[in-house]
Amino acid sequence: MTSSPVRLPHERPVRPAHARSLRLGSTSWLLRLRSATVALVLLAATVLLMALGMRIGDIPMSVPEVFQAITGDGSDHFVVMELRLPRALTGVLVGAALALAGAITQAIARNPLASPDILGVTTGSSVTVVAVIVAAGSTAGGASGALAEVGIPLMALAGGLAGALTVYLLAWRKGLDGYRLVLVGIGVSAVFTNVKYWLLTVGDVTDSGRAMVWISGSLNGRGWEHVVPVAIALAVLIPLTLVGTRSLGALRFGDDTVTGLGVRMNLARGLMILAAVLLAAVATSAAGPIAFVALAAPQIALRLAGVGQPPLVVSALVGAVLTAASDLAARTLFSPVELPVGVVTAVLGAPYLIYLLIRVRREARS
Amino acid sequence: MSTVAAATRPPSRGRARAIHRHRLAVLAGLFGALAIAAMLSVMIGAKPVPPADVWHALTGPTGSENDIIIRSLRIPRTAVGVLAGIALGVAGALMQGHTRNPLADPGLLGVTQGAAFAMVLSIMVLGVTSLYGYIWFGLAGALIASVGVFALGMAGGRGAPTPVTLALAGTAVSAFLYALTSALVLMDEQAMDVFRFWQAGSIAGRGGDVVWQVLPFIAVGLVLALINAPGLNALSLGEDVARALGQNVTLTRTIGVAAITLLSGASVAACGSLAFLGLMVPHLARPLSGPDHRWLLPYSGLLGAAALLAADVIGRMVARPGELEVGVVLALTGAPFFVFLVRRRKPVRL
Repeated sequence: MTSSPVRLPHERPVRPAHARSLRLGSTSWLLRLRSATVALVLLAATVLLMALGMRIGDIPMSVPEVFQAITGDGSDHFVVMELRLPRALTGVLVGAALALAGAITQAIARNPLASPDILGVTTGSSVTVVAVIVAAGSTAGGASGALAEVGIPLMALAGGLAGALTVYLLAWRKGLDGYRLVLVGIGVSAVFTNVKYWLLTVGDVTDSGRAMVWISGSLNGRGWEHVVPVAIALAVLIPLTLVGTRSLGALRFGDDTVTGLGVRMNLARGLMILAAVLLAAVATSAAGPIAFVALAAPQIALRLAGVGQPPLVVSALVGAVLTAASDLAARTLFSPVELPVGVVTAVLGAPYLIYLLIRVRREARS
Repeated sequence: MSTVAAATRPPSRGRARAIHRHRLAVLAGLFGALAIAAMLSVMIGAKPVPPADVWHALTGPTGSENDIIIRSLRIPRTAVGVLAGIALGVAGALMQGHTRNPLADPGLLGVTQGAAFAMVLSIMVLGVTSLYGYIWFGLAGALIASVGVFALGMAGGRGAPTPVTLALAGTAVSAFLYALTSALVLMDEQAMDVFRFWQAGSIAGRGGDVVWQVLPFIAVGLVLALINAPGLNALSLGEDVARALGQNVTLTRTIGVAAITLLSGASVAACGSLAFLGLMVPHLARPLSGPDHRWLLPYSGLLGAAALLAADVIGRMVARPGELEVGVVLALTGAPFFVFLVRRRKPVRL
């Protein structure tokens, strides 16, 4: 893959307008000015939304007070650093991880409807967590204390990875076909979803309620122990996926073309899927399956950056903004009732997708 | 374009007759399978009833214990299963034909989530508690959601929406409604208690009145579906070809969506989410029928009903004396079979 850049016969080697190349040894990336600007704006929005979110709580603060509390010491310092900052960070990191996983999945499946749900991750972890909450429910003294803090994220991670492994093994047949992967994923997800529904009918109504909050995706009571795993996953996987984007760009041309272009297709695709699965599983274990971020963020990012395929970094930032804004809305709209963030991501994300649909059709007509 | 080539070169008369006979034989076979499944569904349960007693209950009931079980529990339950199975099988085949998406199922056009949202709303706002009360709301919700999806697919463009637009609109509306439903349910424990049992998908405890409530909708839906079949055949050659062949594409699409909505809305409102049936059945029926929707739709309906009843019987047998919801059994038995089909060969592309 270090050979000279690929050229289709009829194509002159042109560089897209407003793009610069970023060279590192033998590899190079295109650096698009529009993408870079969008990324910076999104980064600023993320920080602002985090600060706005950290104002809320038993002791209301203003944004300057939040920043003062971070630098200073005293009771506010403890509240912000131990309670509010980890919650805000969990939201932002989880959003970024889910969006990144969605962008990779959509590029591989060549389908804007693909999301990590199809890979069995979110449904797999939902089943195991509902099982834990229901099984350890009222009869076993409730899923509280150590089991709730360590057991649920661990079970979610295990369930997510097991779900993805099931889909992968069932879809593998002398290689991995994107179309077959999606079909198998739909099948496996349907099983998990219905088992989850059944588990919800087995348990006590209060336990089922708690399980429903978890499977809606919630950031309530998230601490540093939730931040660290997601942060590590992102720190390791973002650079790896950026290297992988070169093959990802080729994957959309179709299997035969890609093999002809000299990309080791199954290896490239397998590694990228593994990255998507890990990101989604870690994110889900921290905050539950927050709906729609993985599906909507890459599509939003694609329009913002004005490119043909979900851009990874911009997608991650859109995911962070979407999640942070949704959590803010979830906590303030029906105050004092705090909704799970996943409810709001869906309510916000879905109309945006509808708006996009209408706009795209209108553009296609004119 | 091989389809067009095949269509312009009609098979010889003898061969056409043989194909026709073969198709009728398959149809009869599917009817037989459905009859066997229905018989088992009436006989098997917490209290097994021998065939002679079933006959007795059907022809001259005398009010014995078995007569009451058969007439008031098993027959309505079986009838709901047959209706929902036919409806979901035909709706799945129509949906896959119209969207040309092999993954299409009643969840896709927002039908399931529309029904769920309206039912939860009726439970919370109006205090409706009986299944017979909120089934109407479920039906209304299903109708509104799928008409909304179609309207969104139409918005901003001229003529019928493309498959991708329709699928995207369906996903968006489903996600939106599911979020609203879970928000409502999380605020009201009583509504959640009703909702979680409906959501799991079951045909247990549905009385005769549920059959009469959903029957008109399903009957109209089936008639529309059969009217739609020739137009759908033309559409499967692509919209431009269909238009050139003299098809009114918008009319065909509208009839199709009306049929899908009525069929899946009625069955979802009555039985909850029966995932997988509408997705799986057309894939099983297509190898038997070929691409002709005039045969695919009836095959899918019969196969859907037989599969639903078989799954329900299995659910009653594995967890005696209790039972496993049919929605769970359908997913657990249907999915491995589906995965096997996907792996064995390339799925029939639409």
